[in-house]
Amino acid sequence: MTLYDQKATKKAQEAELAWEHDELRRTLERAPESQERFLTVSGREIDRIYTPADAPNLDYASDIGLPGAYPFTRGVYPTMYRARQWTRRQIAGFGTAKSTNERYKYLLAHGQTGLSTDFDHPTLTGYDSLHPLSEGEVGRLGVAIDTARDMSDLFDGIPIDRVSISLTINHPAIVLLSFLLAHAEKVGVPWETLRGTVQNDSLKEFHGQKTFALPPRGAYRMTMDVVEFCTRNVPNWNTISISGYHTREAGSTAGQEVGFTLAQGMAYVEGGLQRGLTPDEFGPRLSYFFGVHMDFFEEVAKLRAARRLWARLMKERYGATDPRAMLCRFHSQTLGSTLIREGALNNLIRGTTQAMAAVLGGTQSLHVSGYDEAHDIPSEDAMRMSLNTQRIIGNETGVANTIDPLGGSFFIEKLTNEIEEEALAYIRTIEDMGGGEGVLAGMFAAIENGYIEREISEAAFDYQERIEEHEYKVLGLNEHEEDSVPPPELYEHDDDEEERQIERLEAVIHERDSARTEAALEALRQAARGTENTMPFILDASRADATEGEIMGALRDVFGDHEDPGIF
Amino acid sequence: MTTSKPTKVILAKLGLDGHDRGIKVIAKALEKAGMDVVYMGMRVTPEQVVDRAQQEDADVIGISLLSGAHKPLMTRLMKVVAEREMRGETLILLGGTVPDGDREALEEIGVDGVFPVGSSLRDIEAFIKERLSDGAGQS
Repeated sequence: MTLYDQKATKKAQEAELAWEHDELRRTLERAPESQERFLTVSGREIDRIYTPADAPNLDYASDIGLPGAYPFTRGVYPTMYRARQWTRRQIAGFGTAKSTNERYKYLLAHGQTGLSTDFDHPTLTGYDSLHPLSEGEVGRLGVAIDTARDMSDLFDGIPIDRVSISLTINHPAIVLLSFLLAHAEKVGVPWETLRGTVQNDSLKEFHGQKTFALPPRGAYRMTMDVVEFCTRNVPNWNTISISGYHTREAGSTAGQEVGFTLAQGMAYVEGGLQRGLTPDEFGPRLSYFFGVHMDFFEEVAKLRAARRLWARLMKERYGATDPRAMLCRFHSQTLGSTLIREGALNNLIRGTTQAMAAVLGGTQSLHVSGYDEAHDIPSEDAMRMSLNTQRIIGNETGVANTIDPLGGSFFIEKLTNEIEEEALAYIRTIEDMGGGEGVLAGMFAAIENGYIEREISEAAFDYQERIEEHEYKVLGLNEHEEDSVPPPELYEHDDDEEERQIERLEAVIHERDSARTEAALEALRQAARGTENTMPFILDASRADATEGEIMGALRDVFGDHEDPGIF
Repeated sequence: MTTSKPTKVILAKLGLDGHDRGIKVIAKALEKAGMDVVYMGMRVTPEQVVDRAQQEDADVIGISLLSGAHKPLMTRLMKVVAEREMRGETLILLGGTVPDGDREALEEIGVDGVFPVGSSLRDIEAFIKERLSDGAGQS
């Protein structure tokens, strides 16, 4: 049954027409509107007013429903923030494991409720700190982790059976997770008690983030090896954080973010099915990660659309029957690319607005980007303010008192429908590229033929052009204050950290039983050449103090390297 | 003007940095402004950039770095540029997250223009046109 009675909708339409001819026309004659068209950040044209006539077929039960019930448009849990607020999870990582360990302890002492690790570029791309390509980037934008011993330093004194941990790493995810599991063994924490997430979204690396280490098919196999291994051995671990954040940072629209990201999710589901797992077995451990941009209502609608579309796909297309396998649970992060250098404190307002959209969109956890991040990685003070933003929204504004307060707004429901349709259209385009063999085949084709990257670049350019043409005004970019506040006290990078990490790595290589390490690496190469799950072999290599670069090197020996095609 | 050959621009990212949104937007903008753009992609070495610039007889080399490693990587690039005697022949530009305090040091080693995150495309286009008409980069 449709939400609005047909007669009432018709009446509303007639009233709107009469209003356009009368009040509106007269007003426009006296004073025209300030712009010819009103666009969202994603370039979507927005109408003057929304009425029931904008979504005449909306059905309350099947399109909106109740929180914790299919199709989960309003939220994944029946009580949402009334039971427990979202997890405040500020990502951190810089320098050596020891330095980051100190920052973790600071964050936990200042109201943080979960940990998230940012790795440096060499770690993200599967190279050791000693590799020539790593020069100048060791510990620079994240923490440098070379061996399982570094992982032990990173979580030294932190109760990993009680604090949930997120490892933000993709192609080498299988290695870093193995390092963590090896550390858990060392400190006597059973794997079953570990709670956390590994990003492990190999497909998005070819169009977002771009810290790939392996070619698409080899990287995808590693992702699925983690899913399969953890489903059987680390049951409370979230095996993939299917990520739209980086796609959005690369310049995509909101619709593309949902479309491409859910297509990635579908590709992983199809891989699980191929391995004989059922969606009910591994679906509940898949989670999502979205960026939140400045366009408040578009972002709220985007998050609602993603939740509804994923539930529909899991249930209707892949046959999930356990409701937990249909949930699009997600982490959100306010977008780093919206932070402006000039007038850095203005970014506190941007962060607050975006965080509010994430909360009204029903996020499970949240990172508010630091106000000083257009200058360098965030200072301690910036992270404190990010946590305070979350505390104030959660405790003082009342927005967490009721669930999905924007649901039922004519505008929000219309936008939710539009974004869902747009995302579905992208998914269909990708699937068609796979020649009828499903979304997984389509994803490989869309990555290899450059479709996704080209679409995102196009959107990034359009956005930039709107800024250049002053169609979208951004304070500090194309509009300026008379007296802009000088940049705050920034994070100070310690250039000696690189050297310290290299010394640490050399010491481990010197101390270890190199025959054992070599044997473990050779066994891994053999396994990678066949079809076995490689994770037990990577665990063995981790226990034998093989370095991340050596383990990824063994995989590169088998799968080859990937070169950036330079598409723009 | 003795020739109508379009301005040749080589763009690349050095090191392991994956932030390529900006350089791709710039590639498109410079192409639309009538320049001949080669984007070499990511993880390119300074030697590869200079080789390509010589092969293509480039007027401009544009590097994008958001990894914080601009000092060591640009120093290496400028060393190769000096060895090949290309200083003053090819305009060397850098874009990305470059703190204001590092600007002077970069200009001292021979970087002709630094465009931090948030720079306007029109300003970059204008800078290239102006500097090339002044003689830099004319081979």
